Amino acid sequence: MAMITPLKRARGLGSAHEGPEHFVRQRLTAAANVVLAPFAVGLIATLAGADLAVVKATLSHPAVAIALVALVLSMAVHMRIGMQIIIEDYVHGEGAKVLLLLANTFFTGAVAVVAIFAVMKLSFGG
Amino acid sequence: MADASSEQPMRARPLSPHLQIYRPQINMVMSIFHRLTGVTLYFGSLLLAWWLLAAATGPDYFAFVNGLFATWPGMVVLVGYSWALIHHMLGGLRHFVWDTGTGLDIASVNILSWGTIVLSVLLTAGLWLFIAWQRGWVAPWL
Repeated sequence: MAMITPLKRARGLGSAHEGPEHFVRQRLTAAANVVLAPFAVGLIATLAGADLAVVKATLSHPAVAIALVALVLSMAVHMRIGMQIIIEDYVHGEGAKVLLLLANTFFTGAVAVVAIFAVMKLSFGG
Repeated sequence: MADASSEQPMRARPLSPHLQIYRPQINMVMSIFHRLTGVTLYFGSLLLAWWLLAAATGPDYFAFVNGLFATWPGMVVLVGYSWALIHHMLGGLRHFVWDTGTGLDIASVNILSWGTIVLSVLLTAGLWLFIAWQRGWVAPWL
């Protein structure tokens, strides 16, 4: 415990040269999600069963599309970090762990890309 | 070191007690729920991406996907998805409180934990009442 200089401890840099990034990022994205997710839930609840024309008209407003894209980005980062922690908690085989962490990044990336593409296409009126 | 460990058979090491040892307590159950709902939301994000992609694909496919979501099994999934989101969000807000170093005494922990589950059910019910009202599934006098 005491085998570390105060400066080193203050920097949060042990031998791993990293530390609280995930802790901080998970809370940063959580804070964004707390604002954006209820907005999206309200939007989707209002659009439930609506015609495509109504959905397009709603998403054509820049503020709506921007909020949705921001939510998808924040959500995807939050999902990736959260699932990474779960994988590291329960999967101890090195090979399986690396493969699952890779799959985690691809899955969250794919969800984000698909959702953002769809929001943009709807918003631009394609 | 390497020789010693490869020659001697590994003795079973003592393990710290796991879940089945403890009597379930509300904060522990809500902690498990937080992780489970997180995993649910992880895969549930496919539903959101699918719905958006369906809308971006065209009117026919959008109507098809909306039709699937409007079936009873579809709605059970959506109610579960929305509850998971609300529960996970309330759990996250509780963690924000704890991050400040407050609410860590047992009485507050119990209140915050019970608050998560009770409020999540109430808010989910409210959300679906709104959707039911909005879609005209319930009589207007409700």
